[in-house]
Amino acid sequence: MSTHTEHQAPQGRQPLDVLDPRVSRFDIVQEGARRDDIEIVHYEPQVVPGSKAERRMTRTVASFFLLTGLAATAFLIIYIWWPWQWHPGRGGDKYYTPLLGLTLGVALLGIGFGILTWGKKLLPKEVSIQGRHDGPGTAEDRKITGETMLYLAEEMGVRRRPLLGVSLVAGLLPVGAVAAAPLVGGLIKQPHENNQMFTTGFAPADGHKVRLVREDGRPIRPADISAGGQLTVFPGISHGVSNRHADSPTLLIHLRESDAVASREANARVGHEDYMWGNYAAFSKICTHAGCPASLYEQQTNRLLCPCHQSQFLITDNARPVFGPASRRLPQLPIEVDEEGFFVAKSDYTETVGPDFWERP
Amino acid sequence: MKRRKFDVAAVPAKTAGAVDDRFQVATPLRKLLNKVFPDHWSFLLGEIALFSFVVLLLTGVFLTFFFEPAMTEVVYNGSYAPLRGTPMSAAYASSLDISFDVRGGLIMRQMHHWSALLFMASIVVHMLRVFFTGAFRKPRETNWIIGSLLFWVGFLAGFTGYSLPDDGLSGTGLRIASAIMLSIPVIGSWLTSSIFGGEFPGTIIISRFYIAHVLLIPGLLLALIGVHLGLVFKQKHTQWPGPGRTNENVVGERMFPRYALKQGGFFMVVFGVIALMGGLFQINPIWYFGPYEAWVVSAASQPDWYVMFLDGSTRLMPAWEVHIPIGDGYVIPPLFWPTVVLPGILVGISLAYPFLEARHLKDRKHHNLLQRPRDVPARTAAGAMALAFFVVLTLSGANDVIADKFQISLNAMTWAGRIGLLIAPPVAYYVTYRLCLGLQQHDREVLAHGVETGIIRRLPDGRFVEVHQPLASGDGHAELDYVGWVVPKKMNRLGALGPAIRGFFYPIEKPAEAPVSPGHPPVEPRTEREEIGSGEGRR
Repeated sequence: MSTHTEHQAPQGRQPLDVLDPRVSRFDIVQEGARRDDIEIVHYEPQVVPGSKAERRMTRTVASFFLLTGLAATAFLIIYIWWPWQWHPGRGGDKYYTPLLGLTLGVALLGIGFGILTWGKKLLPKEVSIQGRHDGPGTAEDRKITGETMLYLAEEMGVRRRPLLGVSLVAGLLPVGAVAAAPLVGGLIKQPHENNQMFTTGFAPADGHKVRLVREDGRPIRPADISAGGQLTVFPGISHGVSNRHADSPTLLIHLRESDAVASREANARVGHEDYMWGNYAAFSKICTHAGCPASLYEQQTNRLLCPCHQSQFLITDNARPVFGPASRRLPQLPIEVDEEGFFVAKSDYTETVGPDFWERP
Repeated sequence: MKRRKFDVAAVPAKTAGAVDDRFQVATPLRKLLNKVFPDHWSFLLGEIALFSFVVLLLTGVFLTFFFEPAMTEVVYNGSYAPLRGTPMSAAYASSLDISFDVRGGLIMRQMHHWSALLFMASIVVHMLRVFFTGAFRKPRETNWIIGSLLFWVGFLAGFTGYSLPDDGLSGTGLRIASAIMLSIPVIGSWLTSSIFGGEFPGTIIISRFYIAHVLLIPGLLLALIGVHLGLVFKQKHTQWPGPGRTNENVVGERMFPRYALKQGGFFMVVFGVIALMGGLFQINPIWYFGPYEAWVVSAASQPDWYVMFLDGSTRLMPAWEVHIPIGDGYVIPPLFWPTVVLPGILVGISLAYPFLEARHLKDRKHHNLLQRPRDVPARTAAGAMALAFFVVLTLSGANDVIADKFQISLNAMTWAGRIGLLIAPPVAYYVTYRLCLGLQQHDREVLAHGVETGIIRRLPDGRFVEVHQPLASGDGHAELDYVGWVVPKKMNRLGALGPAIRGFFYPIEKPAEAPVSPGHPPVEPRTEREEIGSGEGRR
């Protein structure tokens, strides 16, 4: 680009002697622009020095800057002395952040509009034209660069000495693998460790059936849930009520008589005859679509809705998906009541809990 | 002892000389100061993205001083009484501390979130500007590709960022993200357990997201933004067609003094608006959501706006599961298509578009002049089609809220989205195409017959006709060619109205004296224009 200076200038123009002390500053600026192939074709001051208009604009810009000073000071005062710590109720602390935002915003807008007004109203308007010079290099230049690169390849002589090329590739490939190895090797994790993708916290440990417990860890008796009611239950094991067993949360539903009959029939159709206990059924709460908890239970229709993507499951038909993007029913937990009268899981889920994946059988 | 005189006035010049001696900067600096930028309001959309990125960096660094990226279980004991005594992750507890126990922490958090939203929004709007005006054409395809990538990298930055607080809402989002990774055929479960360090949620994902969010992704963003700006600089900005503007020049203002000043002011304005939003508009009130618990969710769980279209596509997807009956059987879950395949296709199309269009039009030329959207109906219509697709998906991402607020059946909303996704884009294409043709037609009409003056004239035979002001000189029937510029269509565009009376509270009677330019002969006062009347002269 640097080559397009003098000879691109308008015809017949004498290059300005910028070192001549008589030359004005603007002439030097204009000469500099010309050397960058820029023609300042229009340069028009917007205000006359000393005019009323100029004084008015100057006052406007100055008041913007003063507003900034004011708002910034207010910000500091509020930041330091306003009561800021959270208290219940509608105290002054609720205005702390809004006031900070207001003062900071006004302070910054003040600088912004001040500078904008300065630039747009007080500085001369101009129109300049610059050449683009975005054409390709000359054929000669391209040839030279191309030949230089080819010359390099030729001097390396890989074609004449193929062993060099082969050995280089053979040597470097493993080095590339070495660069990737620690990252891949460190991160990679076997997903089926302890068969974790197919088990939940309800898997009986040491032959003991796992109790169903509430969020506070207390076990549940059948009488605790009224007909038509439902309760989120967890495996009664250590850390059963925590994200360590994110696949385990289960919905225990006490169905009304007519719905329970329909549910039992549906259970029988898929070979789950003894999964319910009385009129109680337990389904995984983890949506088979994307893993959100399907937690909105509509008592009248016996539908369970997942609020993330609106998959709907019909509880009385083995929690079959009846609407939305889920394609697989919610797994059912076989339950019974132990000798102490608390709900337990007969076994772990017999289907895979949670979102679907490639190797789910 | 002789004391050397110290001339303060000469210091700048001497320093500058010393710097140039060592670094030879005078010439490059002159080129930089002189660089000409074309000016149009739509060229500032990308600037908003750049400026909000700067605000993101500033506020983000502040947040790192207080955030603890760990999933260690702690019991909250901060100022926010309703959650005191609740077990939660250290990440969530420290996010609450930033909101309640760090003085001014909440406004920083909210500014960070708002500027992230603004960053993504301005990227999208900037991209639409570039698309509809054809600014992506040769030689700027590379910058279009970088811009498209910036959207997706910004998307990742946003997602990793709002997952960090580990609150009830973001944990649900993370759960969905893990399900999306899990849905990828063959490698899904390996990928997920490698990223999460075991089964969801594991104990390390927040720390991994943290380093991605504060180092890897911002680094990538910085690099891409750097190249993006460097290319704009090197290739020079496109410009609208207009008098004196050609494919070979740039008409505008030099960087100094005016352009840089305006940019600086604009940055402060963007910064100020973000500060106002961060202070006045609550965003992501994590203390209402509680810590993430795998069994808790609330209705109206929506992601940030730029993720909503994927949420929408997931909601609209029918439950089509692909079974592969080999061995024990394999599954491609329905989640795979709208969340992995669809974004993949979108990336592919957007990256390839400049080349597809050039190939289709057999266009090998350099284009430095922008096109008005109406002049390229096919492209404009295709853009409208893409926009309609995006809007239907985004609305569907909030279809439960719409159903709730407008008392519409949720299932009806889903079906409306499914059908709308198929119908809205083609309709948008057709309507936009016709609109473009209509606008083109009108431009030609005005060029041929002139501007409607609104003056009705009665002819001697009793007919009424409207007087048109021809744009061409002469007898009013000379036709003008359309050259891709705005065609004036109103009389005051032609200066038919007198100048507006200036002054805010009281009119400034005397017009300002004509200023004198050092580089330009004094500006001639404007010649009096004759008002176009109904033939009888001025009233």
